[in-house]
Amino acid sequence: MRRRTLLAGALAATPVAAGAATGCSAGGASARTSGGRTTISYGMWDQLQVAGMEKIIKAFEAEHPKISVSIQVTPFTSYWTTLKTAMRGGSAPDVFWMNAVNLQLYASEGVLEPLDPFIERDGFDMGVHPEELLRMYTYERTRYAMPKDFDTIGLWYNKELFDKAGIKYPDESWTWDTVRDAAAELTDPRAGVHGIAAEMSRQYTYYNSIAQAGGYVIRDGRSGFGDPRTIDGLRFWTDLIDRGHSPSQSAMTDTRGRQLYLSEKVAMNYDLSAMASQMYAEPAIKDHGAVAVLPKGRERGTTIHGLANAISGKSPNTEAAWEFVRFLGSRKAAEIQAREGVTISSYEGTQDAWVKSMPEFDLKVFTDMLDYAVPYPASKYTTVWENLQPQLLGGPFTGKGGIEDASRTLGRQMDLALEQEK
Amino acid sequence: MAVFPSTAGAQQAERRLRNSGRGDGRSPAGGAGAGAKGGRRSQRAAYLFIAPIALGFLVFYIWPLLETFWFSFTSFGAFGGNSWVGGENYERVVRDVTVGRALGNTVLYMVMGLMTLPVAIVLAELMNRRGLRGVPVYRALYFMPFVTLPAAVGLVWNWLYNGDFGMVNEALSWIGVDGRYWVSDPSTAVYAIGIVMIWSHIGYYLIIFTAGVKAIPRDYYEAAEIDGAGPLRRFFRITLPLLSPSIFFASVICVINSLQQFDLIFVMMSPENPALGETQSIVTLFFKWAFDENSQGAAAALAFLLMLLIAALTYLQFRFQKRWVHYA
Repeated sequence: MRRRTLLAGALAATPVAAGAATGCSAGGASARTSGGRTTISYGMWDQLQVAGMEKIIKAFEAEHPKISVSIQVTPFTSYWTTLKTAMRGGSAPDVFWMNAVNLQLYASEGVLEPLDPFIERDGFDMGVHPEELLRMYTYERTRYAMPKDFDTIGLWYNKELFDKAGIKYPDESWTWDTVRDAAAELTDPRAGVHGIAAEMSRQYTYYNSIAQAGGYVIRDGRSGFGDPRTIDGLRFWTDLIDRGHSPSQSAMTDTRGRQLYLSEKVAMNYDLSAMASQMYAEPAIKDHGAVAVLPKGRERGTTIHGLANAISGKSPNTEAAWEFVRFLGSRKAAEIQAREGVTISSYEGTQDAWVKSMPEFDLKVFTDMLDYAVPYPASKYTTVWENLQPQLLGGPFTGKGGIEDASRTLGRQMDLALEQEK
Repeated sequence: MAVFPSTAGAQQAERRLRNSGRGDGRSPAGGAGAGAKGGRRSQRAAYLFIAPIALGFLVFYIWPLLETFWFSFTSFGAFGGNSWVGGENYERVVRDVTVGRALGNTVLYMVMGLMTLPVAIVLAELMNRRGLRGVPVYRALYFMPFVTLPAAVGLVWNWLYNGDFGMVNEALSWIGVDGRYWVSDPSTAVYAIGIVMIWSHIGYYLIIFTAGVKAIPRDYYEAAEIDGAGPLRRFFRITLPLLSPSIFFASVICVINSLQQFDLIFVMMSPENPALGETQSIVTLFFKWAFDENSQGAAAALAFLLMLLIAALTYLQFRFQKRWVHYA
């Protein structure tokens, strides 16, 4: 009891302290411009990208001596709650990272600065960024954020395990059937190796297979989980678990599919392009890990998602913020980002630097897949129906069966949630 | 408690009363009047002393309580501003199936939480044995988990419970038992969390019960021993009845604590965990509604109902204490 009160006290004190801290560094409008210099704050969540961002900021400040940028990093787990609270309190960063899940909510509530007036005034060519990304950051025909990078999903595989099983490596000709057959061959219970990791993950696994099956997650404000093709896309994964070619979701909750792949306990794993650098850091995987395009189902498909930079609607320094966002969306910034090798820049033609940054991996597959990439599905309150998914699909993904019923129930509940948004 | 105020303050007041009566040569009746005045002054001092805690209580408990009650009838915009929606939020709380499940889980956490008490009582009794060495060491060991951050406790236990290379399964394999994925298997996850909850709270109750056991006069035991009562009989006939005020206090605290179970679940259950629905408590559900799904109004209604539930249970406990609590 006493500990609880102490904790509560400590928790209550933190936002105050944090608020005071930001108040000092970037606080009120009057404090921001001193000596003709404008300071804007930049909110982001990935610690790994700070070094690259600092290089970009240095280049920006060299071009704009009157503007300086300070980075505020908030871990992803608390990024959105913090940002929301900061928005209410008026201490939100001037420019910050935005994702597809949250864009519609923020845009519809009017807390983002519409970019269109600036884009038109400066004649900025937005066509240099992939169309799917631009669509993701457009709400009611208004653009609200500048694409920064993108991620697609690839089929990562372990060449050594393939050699051992005597199977040819995955390539463009692979289909779902090839994956199933290979997973069966590669599974070796005695060595504790599974053919594939059928993890219950929206972005990494089942959103991709749903698209490949010709199904959909959300269309015109209605859920697609009742659609037989969507269910086919889910069954692709649960079948692999039921047949024992993949660890069950219970096992992968304790040890994620990515960890299993890195420790060579699964031969195949669907994973993000952004994870390439982490894989590259693992000597064994750098040596005999590889990546291929996603196998074809009824059609081809991969999920594309990317981050974007948005300007706070409450920022008193909109002009300076736009200068910075414009720079972030330019070739120069994209080139620095690509060279750092963390993510794929969204700026057309700058991806080569990233592709070449890890010569052992055929990273070109990730950009090749852009032709048929499907945007990460979202609505206004995306999180509400996203939260329903693990709850309802969890059973089937632990090998209990019943994916058809679970998916249809999910569809009904998701429709109810979508109804509430209106 | 009732003895305390009559000591220092009242004695002083009495003395002053006598002095003033004697000093101005008034009749005893007049003296009583002056005494009342002095009493008021000391009352003022008393209020001054309780002011800090009373203020804190008002600001940090009563005000939020009223505010929560008000919020539970409103709907929030994502970035501030709320509008009156009447009983809509309560309707959602009643209708939503996840609330029923969370309530069931919460009651289960309470039952498991209460199991901490017998364990702590037995340990307190054992540690009170005469001639036992290293008691401070044991006490520190039992208390350590309680002062460790729940987040750290949860993380470490997740490693112990890990289905592939956790120490729990390793230990079980020595005796030929095949382990499982404790925290991600829907049938075991809630108990796995319960065990950690019990483990990390034993120390707190142990301290309460040790104090209680120590307060029991040794003479009783000696007399019972002379009369031929064995250790079990002494435990049930002397220790338990005389410890009942401590047990009552501990059970009230324990019920309140375990109904508010949050941190361990939050840390130990990742969002992709298939057992999430089976382990969610009222407070984790509250967190999800308020901070993930932006329905602060419904979350406030849920929190308010939880408060009513806790208040009702605490009232019942106080009501029935007469039946089993012996104040010596």
